[in-house]
Amino acid sequence: MKSRIILFILGFVIWCLLSWVPDWQHMVVGVFVAALVAFLTGDLFIQRPHVLKHPQRYFYFFFQYVPIFLWEIIKANIEVAYRVAHPALPIRPGIVKVKTILKSDTALTFLANSITLTPGTLSVDIDTKKSVLYVHWIYVKTEDTEEATKIIVARFEKILKRIFD
Amino acid sequence: MKIIRWFLGAALLIGIVSLIIIKPFPFLFYQNLPHVGFLGRALYIIILACFLTLYRIWKGPTGADRIVAVDILGIMIVGLCAVLTISTGRSWYIDIGIAWALQSFISTLALSKYLEGRDFDE
Amino acid sequence: MSDIIGLILISVGLLFDVFGCLGLVRLPDVYNRLQAATKCVTLGTCSILMGTFIIVGFCAAGIKALLCILFILLTSPVAAHAIARGAHRSGVKLCKESVVDRYTEDKEGEL
Repeated sequence: MKSRIILFILGFVIWCLLSWVPDWQHMVVGVFVAALVAFLTGDLFIQRPHVLKHPQRYFYFFFQYVPIFLWEIIKANIEVAYRVAHPALPIRPGIVKVKTILKSDTALTFLANSITLTPGTLSVDIDTKKSVLYVHWIYVKTEDTEEATKIIVARFEKILKRIFD
Repeated sequence: MKIIRWFLGAALLIGIVSLIIIKPFPFLFYQNLPHVGFLGRALYIIILACFLTLYRIWKGPTGADRIVAVDILGIMIVGLCAVLTISTGRSWYIDIGIAWALQSFISTLALSKYLEGRDFDE
Repeated sequence: MSDIIGLILISVGLLFDVFGCLGLVRLPDVYNRLQAATKCVTLGTCSILMGTFIIVGFCAAGIKALLCILFILLTSPVAAHAIARGAHRSGVKLCKESVVDRYTEDKEGEL
């Protein structure tokens, strides 16, 4: 029930943004549509609604995760542009294995998205039983699991654990 | 041999881009638009990038290459719609962009399921 | 003033778009192509949409451009992940320059 209310509010906000500037006719139709969507797909979307209650998680998300994420995206783009434009193609690709300590699905999704958009790495598969990620790396610096974990995962793991667990 | 090919490709690409920047071809526009000097060139550069992805769709050795190229083409069309929004001043082009982004995401997921060789209901 | 900032953001986005598509043409196998193309084209398109928002301002098109940035940042890495997994399960090999493949090793160890 709680997750359905959250989904209803989210859908209503997105409806209002899509029909900008909102007047009351749009709002009435939006209430019905958001209620229908929340009734049909409510239990699929949010598994643990109690996480959303703490305000310090939003603070960490917007002031610690988002700036690091944007900075890493810009660095990744410049690095990829350098590798593509270089005449000799300086790549040394391979798939390495990294470990993670995160448990919940949302945190793992955000970790995989961050790995995909940061310099030189792309997440290929997640094994939730062994808590292991397989990561394709465009320039393999080390083949060892521990060192690869330290290089790839460690900078996001601490922040994401504080936000989502 | 490799370095000669690199020089030829770089010269071709820089030549096409500088041709676009110096003198854009007059087709594709049916009226006088406010920003047409810069934004018309921007449209032509996005169309050039779309032709690069079309090369990969035509030539790709496996099916996965083609699916990657179709996904990238879908994301780039969204940028084309945004540029068209500014240059024509009609706000419904960005609606096409949103719908195209969501639909391209769903079709990419379906195609990758097909590539994996599983049923759709899993 | 805001017009100039928006046009600069659009030019940066166009540059990264062209580099991403160049990577799609030049790099040797599916996974490298996926990396270059996904990163560069995602940031390029987000930059173009941000420039659109700065030029147009807080009207209908600007708000929709912001929503579009959100959708693209959420969906494009998931699509890349799905394609990479599907390609590896359907048996696409890594290119011959690659040095290590732990995924195939682990899957063969389980069987």
